Amino acid sequence: MTDNVPVITVTNLIKQFGRFAALRGVTAEFPGGKLYAILGDNGAGKTTLLRTLAGLNHPSSGQVTILGRTRFRDVCHQVGYMAHPSLLYDEMSGVENLAYFAQLYGIGDSGRCDEAIRAVGLDPTLTRPVGQYSQGMRQRMSLARALLNDPRILLLDEPFSNVDLHSAADMVRLLAGLRNRGKTIFVVTHQASLLEAAADEFIWMEFGRIVARTRDFKFPETTA
Amino acid sequence: MNHVPGSSGGVPTAGGQEIGVSLQPQKIVRGLTRATLLKDLRLEWRSKDAINSMLFFSLLVVVVFSFSFDPSAEESRQIAGGLIWVAFLFASVVALNQTWARELRNQVLDAYRVSPAPANSLFMAKTLGNFVFVSVLEALMTPLFIAFYRLRPLGPAWQLLLVAALGTWALVVNGTFFAAMSIRTRSREIMLPLLLFPISIPAILAMVQATTSILNGEGARFWIVLLVTYDLVFTTSCLLLFENVLNAE
Amino acid sequence: MKRVFPILAILTAILLWYAMSIALNPEIHIGGITLNGAPTEQTMGNVQRIFYYHVPSAWIAFILFFINFFASIYYLIRRSQAADIVALVCAEVGVVFCTVVLITGPIWARPVWGIWWTWDMRLTSTLVLWLIYMSYLFLRRFSSSGQTPLMAAVLAVFGALCVPFVYFSIWFFRTQHPQPVMGGGGSIDPRMLHVLLLNWLAFSCFAFLVCWWRYRLEVLQREVDRAHAMRSLMDEPNQLRSAR
Repeated sequence: MTDNVPVITVTNLIKQFGRFAALRGVTAEFPGGKLYAILGDNGAGKTTLLRTLAGLNHPSSGQVTILGRTRFRDVCHQVGYMAHPSLLYDEMSGVENLAYFAQLYGIGDSGRCDEAIRAVGLDPTLTRPVGQYSQGMRQRMSLARALLNDPRILLLDEPFSNVDLHSAADMVRLLAGLRNRGKTIFVVTHQASLLEAAADEFIWMEFGRIVARTRDFKFPETTA
Repeated sequence: MNHVPGSSGGVPTAGGQEIGVSLQPQKIVRGLTRATLLKDLRLEWRSKDAINSMLFFSLLVVVVFSFSFDPSAEESRQIAGGLIWVAFLFASVVALNQTWARELRNQVLDAYRVSPAPANSLFMAKTLGNFVFVSVLEALMTPLFIAFYRLRPLGPAWQLLLVAALGTWALVVNGTFFAAMSIRTRSREIMLPLLLFPISIPAILAMVQATTSILNGEGARFWIVLLVTYDLVFTTSCLLLFENVLNAE
Repeated sequence: MKRVFPILAILTAILLWYAMSIALNPEIHIGGITLNGAPTEQTMGNVQRIFYYHVPSAWIAFILFFINFFASIYYLIRRSQAADIVALVCAEVGVVFCTVVLITGPIWARPVWGIWWTWDMRLTSTLVLWLIYMSYLFLRRFSSSGQTPLMAAVLAVFGALCVPFVYFSIWFFRTQHPQPVMGGGGSIDPRMLHVLLLNWLAFSCFAFLVCWWRYRLEVLQREVDRAHAMRSLMDEPNQLRSAR
């Protein structure tokens, strides 16, 4: 689990929806233990890439290797996924939601749920249903759900969308902390400025391809 | 339930997790099915909107039928078998159409697909939930039917319960499956009955004929055997093929 | 392939013409030769001649659905594009032949028995199969394009599993509620059998040609789609990227 070993390798990934090509041949290696920010305009293929990594989209061609395995199912307990919809039941409270999803991962220990909720800065004793949370709280609870199984890899799609600045800053701090503990984190976001300090690498996507990878939050002017 | 070690410091090894998950798959499936079923029942209980509106819908169906088919006691026994099952069919479709509504709302299905949870536990839980749901509706409609149509079964009444259970299961197991298929289509609500009804025809014939026979005091053994076979065959097919449907994009 | 098809088409046309002639006429005259056609049925008269389309169409529909079942299973195991196309083609052409059965049935039943419909084994099971495969075609049309072959294959398996239940349930229903039987329950006159089998052969050839043609059409259509998709993949978007 050294930093230089790629935890995710993508080889010539192509994804087409009918005649629309969302990914046009993405090839990349992502060493572990880093926080990657994936940037680009709408339609650049960021979400498609993340969903393909999460096993939710099947590539039209090409291959994804995660932790040495090509089938997502083999590594699913080591991956956490979060999207802009909360992936939670609106009618249950935070703890109830997490207790349920914990069972999907075979976790019987309720302490784990409380721990995850506290880690994202929320109160486990809150009985309000998630549907009544503010967007910031909902995204944090969704992140707690993604952290339940203590995954090695986190795939986050627009986690800061419509979230108040305070919550967003807290989340970034949390992600940086997780990265420091050795996790590999991918964040697709339109608000890249939030990650300016924390991200190890910025991945710029355009029209279904990765056009640049930079350490700084600055698009290189001299790319072809 | 398995305890996952390494909550805050270390990271669970791939080997450790795999052993944890694969050692007792049956236990996981059963436990997960029960957990999902209880969760669904609890949620239904909390937001009673769905069940209230469906109970009222069932009542309406019975009343409308009574106005449309207003026979004397003798004729009613002949057609009651068909009538009551058509009414149950309407009620089931309404219930089945909202099977996956909660999972679709916040894309919760994605959370399922990403987790190691087996697709079958989700399917069984949803099917059992629908079975309970539709049975409640039937339990409401049956006394009304008996009252309006002045029915008195001439045959063994316990067989009616058996037929009701087998028939409801036949509708619900295929219905839950096709409801999941309809998610990936346009015109979601119409696709469900469109797919369900043709495949269910032999089962519907069996339910209706069995009910009519029992009400008339004749045996329904053939139809009951047919229903049992139908239920076994299609439950197996659904369990084998559900994963394909769940993981379709 | 291109040369074989017209030859087969002509041969099939001749066969069909011959089969239909002997089905519709007790005698046909070609040149100076008189050939024996199907004799006129005693009780039903000339209306009975529909039998020679009604029955072969039913057989062909069932065979096509059978092929659809195997193609669908093959698709589920191997994800083969060709299997998916075969399944689609067989379903479409099968539905057409089913429709023929369902139309010729009432046309036959009405003058003979005075009713438009009867819950006869063949007619009823054809109706249910027609419904199942129509729902299959609807699913193909309405599902999102990426997953259509998979969903359709799954439904085809369900449909095929349903068939024995359809038969048994209708069979038992008929023993409880006897219905008129269409089309010769007992033994059949050998001359009629000869005409029947010939018509079955002619229609089978016709069905095969239609399927083949449809298969080619679908292959070409998919190639066009694939070409379009490839082009959109290769296209460099020609908007200038503004300086960041």
